[in-house]
Amino acid sequence: MTSYLLETFKAKFPDDVLETHSFRGDDTVLLKKEALLKAASYLKDELGFDFLMDLTAADYLPREPRFELVCHFYSSKHNYRLRLKCPVPEAGASVSSLTALWDGANWFEREAYDMYGIKFEGHPDLRRILMYESFEGHPLRKDYPLKKRQPRIPHRD
Amino acid sequence: MGLETVFGQSFLTTRLDAAVNWGRKYSFFQYPFVTACCGMEYMSVFASAYDISRFGAEYPRFSPRQADVLFVVGTVNEKLAPVLKRVYDQMCEPKWVVSFGVCATSGGFYDNYATVQGIDKIIPVDIYIPGCPPRPEAVLDALIKLQEKVSKESVLDRKYK
Amino acid sequence: MDKKNLQTPKNWNLETLEDGRMVLNMGPSHPAMHGIVRVLLTVQGERVTASDVEIGYLHRGFEKTCENVTYNQCVPYTDRLNYVSPFINNVGFALAVEKLMGIETPARAQYIRVIMSELSRLTDHLTCIGANAMELGGFTVYFYLINAREALYRLTDAVAGGRVTPAYTRVGGLTSDLPPDFGQRAAEAFRIVRKNLSDADKMLTRNRIFYDRLRNTGSITKEEAVSLSFTGPALRSTGVPFDVRKATPYLVYDRFDFDIPVGSNGDNYDRYLVRMEEMRQSMRIVEQALAQLPDGPVNHPDFNVILPPKEEVCGNIEALMAHFKLTFEGVKPPKGEVYQAVEGGNGELGFYIVSDGSGRPWRVRVRPPCFSLTGGLSRMIKGGYIADIISTFGQINMIGGELER
Repeated sequence: MTSYLLETFKAKFPDDVLETHSFRGDDTVLLKKEALLKAASYLKDELGFDFLMDLTAADYLPREPRFELVCHFYSSKHNYRLRLKCPVPEAGASVSSLTALWDGANWFEREAYDMYGIKFEGHPDLRRILMYESFEGHPLRKDYPLKKRQPRIPHRD
Repeated sequence: MGLETVFGQSFLTTRLDAAVNWGRKYSFFQYPFVTACCGMEYMSVFASAYDISRFGAEYPRFSPRQADVLFVVGTVNEKLAPVLKRVYDQMCEPKWVVSFGVCATSGGFYDNYATVQGIDKIIPVDIYIPGCPPRPEAVLDALIKLQEKVSKESVLDRKYK
Repeated sequence: MDKKNLQTPKNWNLETLEDGRMVLNMGPSHPAMHGIVRVLLTVQGERVTASDVEIGYLHRGFEKTCENVTYNQCVPYTDRLNYVSPFINNVGFALAVEKLMGIETPARAQYIRVIMSELSRLTDHLTCIGANAMELGGFTVYFYLINAREALYRLTDAVAGGRVTPAYTRVGGLTSDLPPDFGQRAAEAFRIVRKNLSDADKMLTRNRIFYDRLRNTGSITKEEAVSLSFTGPALRSTGVPFDVRKATPYLVYDRFDFDIPVGSNGDNYDRYLVRMEEMRQSMRIVEQALAQLPDGPVNHPDFNVILPPKEEVCGNIEALMAHFKLTFEGVKPPKGEVYQAVEGGNGELGFYIVSDGSGRPWRVRVRPPCFSLTGGLSRMIKGGYIADIISTFGQINMIGGELER
């Protein structure tokens, strides 16, 4: 079953799948970012992955491409999980939005944008969610210092 | 109080202080500024097992304008700091602030880009309660300490800012 | 100081739009909403026509902090994610790291983890329903349910040494075994919980006011809930029987007989009923687990994973070295990435951990269940009364620490 899903995926998108693996039983597909939307709608419509469980990103500084978008899908029909990853280069970091397929992607993508500065094309309302508008930078990037604070009001002594 | 304007400052004695403070310390109206984990213990303090009403402070006012004591319960981050300041500014004198738990006291073990390292960076604090979160007994102890502090104040002391 | 930072946020005050609607600010510090969320409402009279939910007032940098500490040092931080059900977070994190390392804990540890998780689920639901009832005017119920929670806190206090923040698990095991009289204490606590629960049930379930406030408010359809990535009681109230404990059993959940309650309307009342039934099922699981509880160690035998016992540390050099290395460098999982889901109080709680082979995680991501739920709040309150926001928000059971991390 494990390899079957990955094989199906590879056969469907032979040019876009960069790598697949099943480390500790987690099926993972590494995909070109241009194919994300296509692959996600294939997952949803034809393979029955109805839940977008999680969408996040990771920063692999100093590797290039620097970021990776990570989505976790779950199929309640087949009771199966799949992880989809897309490398995203730092320059003009952007990737297509999944909000057209899952409403739940809205906030997940806003958070990924807030924390990593990855832009989602086609997102209806892409703005910061956890930090405030006047915050500069993206805190979860590896080059953002852990203790660099940006107070909104002056602190007392 | 306003009494001093009626009687003139020379007329006030410590007996009036004692009377006023007695009234104040056993009828705290508190404003719970509950943000985080400490809220769970704050709920416990209110419920039957620990019963804060034994100390006359069971009545939370949900408008800062009607409250005497501001309980800052939990972590305050940079995004929330202006809100806390605004709530504090809305409270009428005399007012006291209790910092509930280490996050409010010093930032606790959250020392990063998001958190304020203690609410005393934003507003003045009267009583600090240690603990992550403090046990209900510690909260009651803090309340007694606050009562002691209030009982030593004079109605003339407070700076009516 | 930058001047733009000092300005009052937009829409902080009441504002009237040209078409007669009003923009109303609710929160962040609102009396009837436990937690600090700001909701900007556009209202037509008493009806909500649009809303914007703003979160982030309790963002504490959990994920960034975890990247800078060792795996076991993350455990106390996980307590404070969903602070109403801390054990579930502990267990979820420990399971994720153990999956990454490819190790399994002894059977006794797994049983104890199940027991503590279910106690946490009880405290979570008790707090949720108690607070919800209080906000809707049923103060007595709050006292009953907090009383029940207090009994459970005493129990967890005896086990882990902490009421709210126990930090009970370690990678590869637990901090300590159960106390010898745990079974007796648990039976006593459950007697109190059952009594209080039945009292609360009598006061709420068929209470006209409570029923009217919850029935058909905050409704959501099955399709919408799935599309919004809902999980937990909020999803099950719409009739989807998805529960991680049944779907992809972890620990020893497949050895117990328990039911997954589902609703049919997807409204607040169904969510309430689902939670009430889940508590009874949790007690069932704990009782079965206590009956089956095997003897044996609670920690993984490998000293590269778990600290050796104190006598060994003081007695032989290998254990001393293991202790030293583990304390300073921490456990070192191999390079790789895993996602481990557990059933939290509000739904699927997932930990996605990336390791670069060192003693500190490269990336820790929490999939917080109430993040999706709060993301769906706007849709659930649309068209309803302003007063219904309170019941919907209460039944979503938004927990700031988990939502904003």
